[in-house]
Amino acid sequence: MDINVVAQLNSFLAAFVLLTAFGMLVQRRMYGLVHLFAWQGLFLSINTAIVGFVAGKHHLYISSLLTLSLKVFLLPYILHVLIQRLKVHKEVEVVENVPMTMLMGIALVIFSYYLMSPVTQLSTLVTRSTLAVALATVMIGLLMMITRKHAVTQIIGFLAMENGLFFAATSATYGMPLVVELGVALDILIAAFIFGIFFFHIHTTFDSLDVDQMARLKEED
Amino acid sequence: MLLVLLVVPLFAAVALAFVGDRKFAPEINIAGSAATFVAGAGLALQVYEQGPMLAGGKFFFVDAFNVYLAVLTSFVSMTTAIFSRRYMRREREHGRIGQIRIRFYHAMFQLFIFAMLLCLLTNNIGILWIAMELATLSTVLLVSLYRTPTAIEAAWKYFILCGVGISQALFGTVLLYFAAEKVLGEGGEALLWTNLRQVSGSLEPTVLSLAFVFLMVGYGTKVGLVPLHNWLPDAHSEGPTPISAVLSGLLLNVALYALVRCKVLVDGSTHSHHAGNIMMGFGLLSILVAAFSLLRQKDIKRMFSYSSIEHMGIATFAFGLGGPIATFGALLHMLVHSLAKSSIFFTVGHASQMHWTQEMDRIRGLFKGNPLVGWGLMFGVMAIAGMPPFGVFTSEFLILTATIKDAPLLTPFLLLGLGVAFAALFRRVQPMVSGEAPSYQKSMKVAHVPVILHMVLVLVIGIYMPAFLNNWFHTAVELLK
Repeated sequence: MDINVVAQLNSFLAAFVLLTAFGMLVQRRMYGLVHLFAWQGLFLSINTAIVGFVAGKHHLYISSLLTLSLKVFLLPYILHVLIQRLKVHKEVEVVENVPMTMLMGIALVIFSYYLMSPVTQLSTLVTRSTLAVALATVMIGLLMMITRKHAVTQIIGFLAMENGLFFAATSATYGMPLVVELGVALDILIAAFIFGIFFFHIHTTFDSLDVDQMARLKEED
Repeated sequence: MLLVLLVVPLFAAVALAFVGDRKFAPEINIAGSAATFVAGAGLALQVYEQGPMLAGGKFFFVDAFNVYLAVLTSFVSMTTAIFSRRYMRREREHGRIGQIRIRFYHAMFQLFIFAMLLCLLTNNIGILWIAMELATLSTVLLVSLYRTPTAIEAAWKYFILCGVGISQALFGTVLLYFAAEKVLGEGGEALLWTNLRQVSGSLEPTVLSLAFVFLMVGYGTKVGLVPLHNWLPDAHSEGPTPISAVLSGLLLNVALYALVRCKVLVDGSTHSHHAGNIMMGFGLLSILVAAFSLLRQKDIKRMFSYSSIEHMGIATFAFGLGGPIATFGALLHMLVHSLAKSSIFFTVGHASQMHWTQEMDRIRGLFKGNPLVGWGLMFGVMAIAGMPPFGVFTSEFLILTATIKDAPLLTPFLLLGLGVAFAALFRRVQPMVSGEAPSYQKSMKVAHVPVILHMVLVLVIGIYMPAFLNNWFHTAVELLK
């Protein structure tokens, strides 16, 4: 494949990853969020495979498959089941001040480009221009965790951050060494089981998954 | 030896998951931890005689710095296992936890020890990150073990905040790998700390200084540095006390270890005090904020968690300051703080079981009620507040001396923090230990060995530092230059 085409394709997919990140930032329905998350995983997985093909890095195929199975199928499936079991699929979360959140998201993207510009200049890889997008995805995941109050939403924000990190590794260095990627995937899997257990604990204890109710531990005066 | 050290806790975790709530489960827990400690001591002896070494195809690496922390980790986990036998039995009798949770508790305790040891011994900074995340994940559900609303809230906070924090560290690691790849080529070799150390001079300084900011935020969250400390007092006060002891005494040390390892690489590349300055800033802020927060606490475990933040701040500040004296002080401080703080948590655990509350206003008359708990707490607080002749005094004195020499303007702030913390601790502890025992106080069997052992060690280190420990720290200081 022509190197220019690849760079274009890479940027194109990066744009979609960022778009899904923004989509998640303001999506109110639970299923909608899970679907957006799965789409983001799919874009990442395709991107990884293309980069792996162009750079001739075969271990990226494994990462790509790992992403596909974990982030496109397994995690969304687990979330789906959890949402159904917990009967929160009809809940519509109130997202306060959508335009403001969007503006903050855009500011974070600009900030990421600024922060990454010295690093991008040093890089010679095809994928260098998407490093800033990756950081922006991490930051938007963080923003999502701050602005949203639902436990499931916060977890999806957390997973979106993880997606951003994976994307960063692909963009900056054609992926981390395989042993590290596998370890990170294992950690995410364990984390998935833990938050699954957690949802039930929170649900039975507080009768809702709104984390605002958890405000008993405060500094006393 | 090294592999034995890692395999024992993993094996113990699996065994305990199967043993479940049988009568001898706590004994297996103790035996597993004791075996880990023996392996750790053996490894230390080997390193002491032969110097640093690589093992498992460069995958693991031991030198004076990490082996002393590995011995400390295995030692404190052993004494905590001894303490937890009595403590958890009492919790069982009162019906606070059932069979399944006991099984879970034991297995996760050993898994947690494994994660920390892996963190300390691995040579690969990617694996370091993974092990750190594993250490968080294995303790999250231990914090929520009692399933009370506050415990669940604390655990959720711990899970989310540490998860977010640590992902920043992963980004930092990606940047580090980015810089390393240019010099060392691709593949796992480029993430090995020993390789990175050799070429740190030719790593790109701009990338590394940026990477350090992310690593600082990430691992700093786990160290509990202000302003990233919100999870710490909650997690440490709501979980079962043996877990508070290992979280405060060990996990914070391990996170600081990760940070210092990264700092060495960044320093080698930038040849400036960039990383050190950041660490000093975070450290000093932690000392001051924690010292003033200590004044307002009502919950006994919460108060001592703030004291942990303060002491981690001191160690971070000292590592940031750099120089042989400050680094020596910081290494010593990590050791004595860990011993003193876990011993305090042992006595605090028993004290709160005697009164069935963690509120300090309701804990009274410990000297009369149970002399070991009362005096143990009193001596523990004296040690942690930095009174001579305990070891914390020595380390704080060294750090203070180095500060006066290298950063004289910061001395008043450091002194202010130490002074306020001192006053805050004694104001609270004095009424708890003295006076008549209240009517609701119940007598109970307590675990003597861990408390006495820890206090004696802190005292010995304060009065007379054994030559081997001295040599050891000097070697570590050389490594961290």
